[in-house]
Amino acid sequence: MTHAFYVYASYGFAAFMTAAVTLWTWADGRARRRELAALEAAGIRRRSARKRDSE
Amino acid sequence: MSQTSLAISKFSDLANPTRFLALAARVIPWLAGITALCFLIGLYLSFSTEGDYQQGETVRIMYVHVPAAWLSMMCYTIMSVSAIGTLVWRHPLADVSARAAAPLGATFTLLALVTGSLWGKPMWGTWWVWDARLTSVFVLFLMYLGLIALGRAIDDPSKAARVSAVLILVGFINIPIIKFSVEWWNTLHQSASVMRLDGPAIDPEFLRPLFVMAIAFTLLFFTLHIMAMRNEIWRRRIAAQRRLAARMASREE
Repeated sequence: MTHAFYVYASYGFAAFMTAAVTLWTWADGRARRRELAALEAAGIRRRSARKRDSE
Repeated sequence: MSQTSLAISKFSDLANPTRFLALAARVIPWLAGITALCFLIGLYLSFSTEGDYQQGETVRIMYVHVPAAWLSMMCYTIMSVSAIGTLVWRHPLADVSARAAAPLGATFTLLALVTGSLWGKPMWGTWWVWDARLTSVFVLFLMYLGLIALGRAIDDPSKAARVSAVLILVGFINIPIIKFSVEWWNTLHQSASVMRLDGPAIDPEFLRPLFVMAIAFTLLFFTLHIMAMRNEIWRRRIAAQRRLAARMASREE
């Protein structure tokens, strides 16, 4: 392949960037979900969620 | 109630954060699956089709460069629509959408700049020139970074939302400048060859992989955008619940 370096570098960089942004978004979601679970465990809930529990 | 305002209120009902979370949970796995499938087909086409008679194999760089460049502009347009949603309707999801989109926009703009550079070196003989297209896209990248920084610098969420929305709308002027820069000025970057009034000017051999990769990248963007919006909603709920807990604790003392 001619110019193999440029072609593979482009695809490599694209793969790196898409993987990085996907992992970052996913990890952020996981961390938030854990925080919500910790709050829930501590008995702190949204008002709407509390109302449903008391029904 | 008029037809339009009824439609708007229906849309806002659907877009309330709790319903959005339920919708996101259902949609994300499907979107992610279809995205992966499109990438598989797109990558296969990208490497199985012919090279160009002049550009040789470097034409394959276009299949990532063009979709990334397209997304960099689409993302900003979505942010601008969200900014209008923040300023006009004060919709709670509008600012969430703009805030979640900014890092994605910055990522795809950087990807377009770097892959463009990697194509420019063998084809133009230079990594970079300060022509109107390259410079305006670089300005777009800086604007994304500025918007991310601005959003994080202001503690009050509603103030951050309004200030960011105004800046996003002011910055929208750059989008037509990027699009038409290749016609208005004498640029090293070639003029449009896909989105033209008289139809695409490139061979179907290159158009097919380009089209599939554009769909794959666009779907990836929407998957990540919905995920990032969901994260942002969670982040705001956590902050609100922590404030509430702190208030309750201080009342008990």
